[in-house]
Amino acid sequence: MTDMSIGRAVKRTEDLRFITGKGHYLDDFSRPHQTYAAFVRSPHAHAEIKKINKTKALKVPGVVAVLTGDELAADKIGTLICGWVIKGKDGSPHKAPPHPALATKKVRYVGDHVAVVIGETLDAAKDGAEAVEVEYRTLPAAVDTASAHKPGQPQLHAEAPNNLCYDWEIGDRAKVDAAFSGAAHAVKLQFVNNRLVPNAIEPRAALADYDTGSGEFTLYTTSQNPHVARLVLSAFIGIAPEHKLRVIAPDVGGGFGSKIFIYAEETVALWAARKIGRPVKWTAERSESFVSDAHGRDHVTTAELATDKDGKFLAMRVNTVANLGAYLSTFASAVPTYLYATLLAGQYKTPLIYCDVQGVFTNTTPVDAYRGAGRPEATYVVERLVEEMAAKLKIAPDELRRRNFVQANEFPYTTPVIHQYDCGDFQRAQREALRVADVAGFAQRKADAKKRGKLRGLGYSSYIEACGIAPSAAVGSLGGGVGLWESATIRFNPTGNVSIHVGTHSHGQSHQTTFAQVVADRLGVPFESVEIVEGDTARTPFGMGTYGSRSAAVGLSAVSKAADKIVEKGKKIAGHLLEAAPQDIEFRDGKFRVMGTDKEVGIAQVAFAAYVPHNYPKDLEPGFEETAFYDPLNFSFPAGTHVAEVEIDPETGTTEIVNYSAVDDFGTIINPMIVEGQVHGGIVQGVGQALLEGAVYDADGQLASGSYMDYTMPRADNVPSFKVETIVVPSPLNPLGVKGCGEAGAIAAPAAVMNAVHDALRAVGVDKVEMPATPHRVWSAIRNAKKKAAK
Amino acid sequence: MYEFEYQKPKTLAAAADVLKKKKDAKLMAGGMTLIPTLKLRLAKLSHVVDLAGMKDLVGIKATKAGVTIGAMTTHGAVAASAAVKKAIPALAHLADGIGDPAVRNRGTIGGSISNNDPAADYPAGLVGLGATVVTTQRKIPADKFFLGMFETALKRGEIVKAVEFPIPKRAAYMKFPNPASRYAIVGVFVAETADGVRVAVTGAGGCVFRVPEMEAALAKKFAPESVVGVSIPTDGLNEDIHASAEYRAHLVTVMAKRAVAAAIGG
Repeated sequence: MTDMSIGRAVKRTEDLRFITGKGHYLDDFSRPHQTYAAFVRSPHAHAEIKKINKTKALKVPGVVAVLTGDELAADKIGTLICGWVIKGKDGSPHKAPPHPALATKKVRYVGDHVAVVIGETLDAAKDGAEAVEVEYRTLPAAVDTASAHKPGQPQLHAEAPNNLCYDWEIGDRAKVDAAFSGAAHAVKLQFVNNRLVPNAIEPRAALADYDTGSGEFTLYTTSQNPHVARLVLSAFIGIAPEHKLRVIAPDVGGGFGSKIFIYAEETVALWAARKIGRPVKWTAERSESFVSDAHGRDHVTTAELATDKDGKFLAMRVNTVANLGAYLSTFASAVPTYLYATLLAGQYKTPLIYCDVQGVFTNTTPVDAYRGAGRPEATYVVERLVEEMAAKLKIAPDELRRRNFVQANEFPYTTPVIHQYDCGDFQRAQREALRVADVAGFAQRKADAKKRGKLRGLGYSSYIEACGIAPSAAVGSLGGGVGLWESATIRFNPTGNVSIHVGTHSHGQSHQTTFAQVVADRLGVPFESVEIVEGDTARTPFGMGTYGSRSAAVGLSAVSKAADKIVEKGKKIAGHLLEAAPQDIEFRDGKFRVMGTDKEVGIAQVAFAAYVPHNYPKDLEPGFEETAFYDPLNFSFPAGTHVAEVEIDPETGTTEIVNYSAVDDFGTIINPMIVEGQVHGGIVQGVGQALLEGAVYDADGQLASGSYMDYTMPRADNVPSFKVETIVVPSPLNPLGVKGCGEAGAIAAPAAVMNAVHDALRAVGVDKVEMPATPHRVWSAIRNAKKKAAK
Repeated sequence: MYEFEYQKPKTLAAAADVLKKKKDAKLMAGGMTLIPTLKLRLAKLSHVVDLAGMKDLVGIKATKAGVTIGAMTTHGAVAASAAVKKAIPALAHLADGIGDPAVRNRGTIGGSISNNDPAADYPAGLVGLGATVVTTQRKIPADKFFLGMFETALKRGEIVKAVEFPIPKRAAYMKFPNPASRYAIVGVFVAETADGVRVAVTGAGGCVFRVPEMEAALAKKFAPESVVGVSIPTDGLNEDIHASAEYRAHLVTVMAKRAVAAAIGG
């Protein structure tokens, strides 16, 4: 093992360039004769477009073109797609109304794209956009999630009566109902899983270039999955044949899911570039990001849990209305169904689970996958139910969990909601978490807090998630339109250094470091001699990209398979060089050796021989490059227990997180420092959802929280120093035993924090506070409880 | 940002002249409100008249009677000033809680009070301490300077030169910040001065205001419990997605109580 091997806290090699401003983000790119795009966006949540008058805009100095949806449609540019078809209770496919990149007859949310103005400068484009005269006839808007599909609401799409995209279910309703009617105890909760705005630090952007000579398009874009963008833009939207479209995603500054999707802006930029014969660049301003990046979450849920007299879970029943926004985004339909309800077993042996989900359209920004995508919502359901049941039964919440955990010797464990958990040790993670969080000392800390006038509470979140998405066949059988494998090419150069070309794409996940660690470890080459190539469809094999914590579990498995192939080929070359049969060659620490002898040759020499094959096996191809594709056998299942401890100031309603501890099982860990960083970031986002962040629409569909003046991003002083530890139960299902760590914090934290908040507030008679538990909400809840008690 | 002409006059007279002659001209001090407003195209100006570089407007002078702060003195400079910390620590504390480090190192006292954002901190400090605003034309008591939301007693072409603060016996400022913007949802400045007790509230209403009932109660006994029973009416208080009028009214009492406690303790 060297200092750069798997398991070492190697410092991120990308940091020097990022920290010193030498990163190459999208807005850093320009093309000769470039123009700039500014979008005319709808100021109304719901309106008919009566007329678009370009005359004034075209007279603005520097305006090159003004383009509308009618022209887009006339050029037969297809509408934006949703790649996952959900079948409803009656077997019918979901309703996917057309989602034009530029609206034609109607606008359906504030920020919807009405026209694009191309300018010689950005200011010219903006001046032009202001001069476009759009005549609207405003319509009443459907904004509220819970009531959008009820009778009498404004209708968004003719194709989707009652604004219903689908009414979907999983589980056996009759059996679950029967279990509830015979149960000793039941709890029922109703809550909102609040809508979040992703807020990647780098706004979305696109730079489209059309080469009139070759007929080739190049799109520079902020993407987590350039090959998927190319496929969708080509096969479905019809911009160009796939081989005539190159998609380049340079350094990407965060995404959290919001840069998975194929949006209107890059589609329009490509189309416009061809139309005007010049490159077109668009970079979102922050206020545009607020209304045009796909949002996350937005559920209204009723959830029930039934137990026997000893607190053994018998059944769970859940109804969720999921707000999909005005149109279906790229993977929107799958998030509140197969990425959500399939996790409702949590870490527990609940034998019967039923969940139905109504996916609804509203006059709001489209909603899609956002860090955790479905699993934070599921964890919130399960862990809030467990905590409330513990309170009802007067059983310690950690004890109630232990009574119901899937035990370490019960894997593989098949839940009643599709998934088969491969491995885990939930009890051990909880035990370690209780120690790390010093739960034993909590009673004393609570008493001390009381003396200071503070309400102290402790909350658990024993989460499990399915990541490393996913076996292609499973995804296909559930309605997914894509395969979800990954690919890698390992190319030795003649001088012995190595280029790794992969289909994933880091947008903050440190692939440059961790992927190089794995290759250096597996092939015994110096860490510094490994280069990672990502983010360019012309330079990488087809891959599905980075999301769902899949780059290690799926992407590195492909790298690992490619490394196996390199070793196999190397043995043949080395055998020839060392005058031995390939089967007598062993490979270790970068050297091929004749077993039982000291005859050996280094892998760099083998690479040189492969490219300068003067002395080379007759029946072997020259070159030292191998590609592998890897389709996982299953999802991977990271799990753990997080413990949050809060203090609430009852006078102001302010919640302070005073302790936060996490013990996670991510399987094999490639780089513990980077894993810890991922956990920290995830927890902060989870804390953001619990206490701070919330997209608020008014009744007219205006986004009231459309800037940082009103949308509360978590800051360093909102969180304490975290105590983070891991246990390692390697996954038996992939070559490295990894599970994935990118989303765990965001999945676990909201439930942990809110359980702590409820624990603290129980003392003053409060039974419910919604996320985000802002000071105003907490204060109001306390005051209302006092009023109620006084009656 | 729309195009505008940028001017950087050398004298206040020259600056005032531009303001008088050009209808759509505006002064820029630190620019911490004006520049974002321009970038969002919420204002269209003919001229931006930058006061940066007028050294006479920068600086802090302390005497036994009071502290005078030049209009172009940054919040960061006030927060870090040994003289202010010694004479009126509550004012240094107030300045240290404005915005973020970038804002504190660019934003100025003159810019802040001339803008008179209803949730800004300085108006509470000026009214709470009974300060005097020195302009190019006259001296205006703080009580008469802040007229309404984004509205002051300044006439067209009148420019703030400095603010004179008398030294209180004791004072404190308590702010309950908006979780997103960190402007004041409610900020209460309490001071025991030579002219009596003053309680000034920012953030809660359209403009900074005093609470005479609290002042009277504190004049009798300067102790936290004196204000606990005093609640202000919700009429005219701000309401937004972060706080109802009722919550703001409640916070005025809580912040006042804490400010009194801090004034006594500090």
